[in-house]
Amino acid sequence: MDSARSSFVALKILVAGGFGVGKTTLVGAVSEIRPLRTEEAMTTAGVGVDSTEGVEGKSTTTVAMDFGRISLREDLALYLFGTPGQDRFWFLWDELAQGALGAIVLADTRRLADCFPAVDYFERRGVPFLVALNNFDEARRFDPGSVAAALDLDPGTPVISCDARERASVKEVLITLVEHAGRRHATRPAVVTH
Amino acid sequence: MRMNDRPSWYDEQAGPLVRLYALTRGRARPSPVLLDLLSLVTAENDPARDPMLSPEQAAVLTLCRIRPRSVADLAADLDLPLGVTRVILTDLLDYGHIRVTRPVRPVDIPDERLLQEVIDGLRAL
Ligand SMILES: Nc1nc2c(ncn2[C@@H]2O[C@H](COP(=O)(O)OP(=O)(O)OP(=O)(O)O)[C@@H](O)[C@H]2O)c(=O)[nH]1
Ligand SMILES: [Mg+2]
Repeated sequence: MDSARSSFVALKILVAGGFGVGKTTLVGAVSEIRPLRTEEAMTTAGVGVDSTEGVEGKSTTTVAMDFGRISLREDLALYLFGTPGQDRFWFLWDELAQGALGAIVLADTRRLADCFPAVDYFERRGVPFLVALNNFDEARRFDPGSVAAALDLDPGTPVISCDARERASVKEVLITLVEHAGRRHATRPAVVTH
Repeated sequence: MRMNDRPSWYDEQAGPLVRLYALTRGRARPSPVLLDLLSLVTAENDPARDPMLSPEQAAVLTLCRIRPRSVADLAADLDLPLGVTRVILTDLLDYGHIRVTRPVRPVDIPDERLLQEVIDGLRAL
């Protein structure tokens, strides 16, 4: 069945957020999670403007991403990629953000600032995203409007509550993201395909 | 395309580069676009027919014989880092053992129907 082969559609969704915010838990709640390793050359010494060829000071580090696949149909799948939230791993996102349908920024309302780099990154790259508030602190309920204001989000960026441990909750987050991405991509100028 | 035109390798458009791949059967280095995480790999040959294959190369061919598999899936299946997986795939491309299809990008999605199907599929999970 050659036609079925070539029409397989795989869409990429990213999961970002600060350290320990629940990224691995979220990916695992809706998919069979597997570690995906990537090795990167990292420059340990400061890079001078005129020393682009400097070899010393480079080391290779292995980073494990969370990788999950949700098979929706024989020919349709969502792929989730979660990576460490620390600044030194942003190089990973340049590849991940390429062609992504959208991103989930997980945030813990007790330390909202941890998700600033992710919000900033996706805004600059034009990747549609939403902010999912992982309610660690059951007693404190947060008004999405005030979170949107605190994060200085563009109007229309969804802010929703979730429990990353609950499959139904994570499904709702994904549906909200796909709807949002659909609106964002629809308002984009048409691109001629070849 | 005449051979002595020496078209610039770093063409602004992706098209000529991709055609170059088709012509050379991938003897040039793979572009990151071709071996995207979600590019689909299909085996063109039966691994049992080539005793020169490394165990990893044979494993790739076995994994993507029945149906295509993404680069990310292959790396996870083989429990190998992505970079190593890409090197193996590049060699298999060089030998013409695999075919690689680039992923659909969101900008290529023609209408809202596909995204609605994704939403329906998620609800049905
Ligand atoms: N109460 C509560 N705990 C949660 C929730 N989501 C995750 N946790 C817990 O928080 C801890 C950290 O979750 P992880 O999924 O490992 O977080 P992570 O973002 O992958 O962490 P790193 O990869 O280390 O940055 C685990 O013990 C989870 O069980 C939630 O919604 N509510
Ligand atoms: Mg984790």
